[in-house]
Amino acid sequence: MTAIKSPMLSTQAGQQASTAPKSRLVMPLLMITGLALALVAPFVLYPIFLMKLLCFALFACAFNLLIGYAGLLSFGHAAFFGGAAYVTAHAAKVWGWPPELALVAGTLFAAALGFLMGSLAIRRQGIYFAMITLALAQMIAFLAVQMPFTGGEDGVQAVPRGMLLGLIDLNNPLSMYFFVLSIFLFGFIVIWRTVHSPFGQVLKAIRENEPRAISLGYRTAQYKLLAFVVSAALAGLAGGTKALVFQLASLTDVAWQMSGEVVLMTLLGGLGTLFGPVVGAGMIVALEHFLSETEFPITVASGILFIVCVLLFRRGVVGEIRHHMSARRGAESTDVA
Amino acid sequence: MAEATSTRPMLQVRDLHAHYGESHVLHGVSFQVEQGQVVTLLGRNGAGKTTTMRAIMGVVPKRTGSVSSSGQELIRLPRHEIPRLGIGYVPEERGIFSSLTVMENLMLPPVVRPGGMTIAQIYELFPNLKGRDSTRGTRLSGGEQQMLAIARILRTGANLILLDEPTEGLAPTLIQQIGKAIVALKQLGFTILLVEQNFRFASTIADCHYVMEEGRIVDRIANDELSQNMGKLHGYLGV
Amino acid sequence: MFESIGISPQELFGQVLVGLINGSFYAILSLGLAIIFGLLNVINFAHGAFYMLGAFVAWLLLQQADVGYWWALFLAPLAIGLLGAVLERTLLRRLYQVDHLYGLLLTLGFALILEGSFVYKFGSSGNPYPVPELLRGGQDLGFMYLPNYRAWVVIASLTLCIGTWFAIERTRMGAYLRAATENPTLVENFGINVPVMITATFALGVALAGLAGVLAAPIYQVNATMGSNLIITVFAVVVIGGMGSILGSVITGVSLGLLEGVTKVFYPEASNIVIFVAMAIVLLVKPAGLFGQEH
Repeated sequence: MTAIKSPMLSTQAGQQASTAPKSRLVMPLLMITGLALALVAPFVLYPIFLMKLLCFALFACAFNLLIGYAGLLSFGHAAFFGGAAYVTAHAAKVWGWPPELALVAGTLFAAALGFLMGSLAIRRQGIYFAMITLALAQMIAFLAVQMPFTGGEDGVQAVPRGMLLGLIDLNNPLSMYFFVLSIFLFGFIVIWRTVHSPFGQVLKAIRENEPRAISLGYRTAQYKLLAFVVSAALAGLAGGTKALVFQLASLTDVAWQMSGEVVLMTLLGGLGTLFGPVVGAGMIVALEHFLSETEFPITVASGILFIVCVLLFRRGVVGEIRHHMSARRGAESTDVA
Repeated sequence: MAEATSTRPMLQVRDLHAHYGESHVLHGVSFQVEQGQVVTLLGRNGAGKTTTMRAIMGVVPKRTGSVSSSGQELIRLPRHEIPRLGIGYVPEERGIFSSLTVMENLMLPPVVRPGGMTIAQIYELFPNLKGRDSTRGTRLSGGEQQMLAIARILRTGANLILLDEPTEGLAPTLIQQIGKAIVALKQLGFTILLVEQNFRFASTIADCHYVMEEGRIVDRIANDELSQNMGKLHGYLGV
Repeated sequence: MFESIGISPQELFGQVLVGLINGSFYAILSLGLAIIFGLLNVINFAHGAFYMLGAFVAWLLLQQADVGYWWALFLAPLAIGLLGAVLERTLLRRLYQVDHLYGLLLTLGFALILEGSFVYKFGSSGNPYPVPELLRGGQDLGFMYLPNYRAWVVIASLTLCIGTWFAIERTRMGAYLRAATENPTLVENFGINVPVMITATFALGVALAGLAGVLAAPIYQVNATMGSNLIITVFAVVVIGGMGSILGSVITGVSLGLLEGVTKVFYPEASNIVIFVAMAIVLLVKPAGLFGQEH
């Protein structure tokens, strides 16, 4: 049987940032604008919708850390997202923990689960890795159905949002929104720092050419496992936050369809770009919102989007923008290769 | 390099350019092989000899120029139709399939022209292959695999054979055996394009040699002029 | 002996039979997956959806056209094979030049569309499909009761697997397939139309899944989600067995089905995760899979 190549999905992470003074301003400008919008948004749009968006954006960013930078396609991220949702919900509701501690519990759970799942999955490459993560996540999903504390089909309902640090009442939508926004920003910054750190560079090297990285002396398995754990933890943070936002943890959060959805968000937005997953999450959440008004089944829409993206749009929204911008820059420059 | 063109050379390559992705690997390669001739492509490692063969067989997808066999243009053809013009390919890696037995390997390439050798004739030419029918293809020795790779083409009736480094990595006795087989093929009227680094071997069987360097044909030496051009040849091959 | 464990022979052998049936389906589906993967280097996520489609075609044929089981056994795989051929030729083929994981994502797209449409059209509850008259009833074997239909499924699955093995290992076409799996370019250099072979292989692989769906219809009820949970279990089977050999796929599939069945008797809560646990153990002990070759 033919060998499986390591998953080097097309990314733009390898692109050098342009040093032209004009474009050095673009990024910070975009980010400040984005931040400003984020601060103003809850007064314009429904906070719940925005919070949902932020949770999924964080989820997708966490997922993207693994696929876009380490080159590992995990099909089981719902286990971290949904598992942490259950743990956070349980901690807040049954143990009465304050929200920040409940979130920590969920995140730690996801990290531990990520360690276990990652250790197993990393033993294989490429497509096998993806299948293993899917199967292990399915196991978690089955356990979630059976275990009493998850509440089966009903899930864990009426999860109290509680008082943040004992001071801020998170039942106030605005307060909750800004809390969620801070969590998102925290997670995003963690990913950003990871990607641009020496650790991140090694990950990229592993993604480009793992045998070479090994020959250079890197214990690639350890790097991959660490990336997996970080990705899982942040996905868990997103899931726990979502449980607090909607005050519900349910089986949909651990279902394989949820794993598929985060793949789609990242693919649509742009694999291996920092902002791609955010854009993709936004688009999918908006699409879902729009479709829920109609009769059109969201699964079918996701399927169609998958096919379109995979065939015609592999770079994703942000990827395409970057590609066109660098192509234009290349055409404008005077030195010809 | 101009030579009198006969009406329908067996293989005519004209201004062949090829690209692997961004890199331009063949630059305007032109040569021809007349019917019944044995022609070699000589050159150092990386000169483009194997690439030329791959370009002829359509393995290199980005090609411009013309490759024609007995008047038929190959460049626009789908890859699997090229052999059906009677062209047999014995690649450098030999390509014996490990999941097939010797007999399955032998019978794999479909007959493309009438007049292919029978199994009995093949065993006459390559006695080492007798009695190995149900052995896994890759359990044969290197030399036997080379014989098998040639043998399976002979069964198909192909009359233009592309042989890429048939003696590479083989012991002298096996080189002799294969050489004898190729001579026999020539006497039977086969047309052969041969890639070889071992020009001593090539000189015993070829009618003329094209020298390649960096994806270009840089010289053509008829076999009877070989002894006078040894110095030049050594220069090309870096021997 | 049975009394001391507190389980009756009927219970045990009844579950063993269920396990054998499940295992047969695991075997057929993992076989199809492995064949497609070998040649196309794509894991067909939609394999479960095609299985579901097979069951639905049989059900619809009966419902709408009064066409019975035996015709369905023939028509459903045919229809699904055709659909597979069209999908491969028009869509999947475009992805062979890029990373193989995109192929997985494309087939995931197929699966979502197929399953989503059917859930939308028919709901997610099951539709019963009657056991064909010829196979109704069963045999009392003393230690257990063997329904005729289930015996038929086991025999049919075994025949399918043996037939597939024979076609691949002992025929000329099979030799072409094995060779093309190893080195498709060289096989084209011999004059064999490999692109057509690829389309045919995908079509046959999914037709096999569809056929399994027809076999499954009278047992499991025809419902739109029957494929997706199954395919994930089949993925685990494939990871455990490796995709290197037909025999390996079949043995692994059947064994894991039996494992599941036996677990149901002694420790029912664990039965739907035991295969995943087995996968975890295999990954720790022999990562390449029981029959696999390390890539």
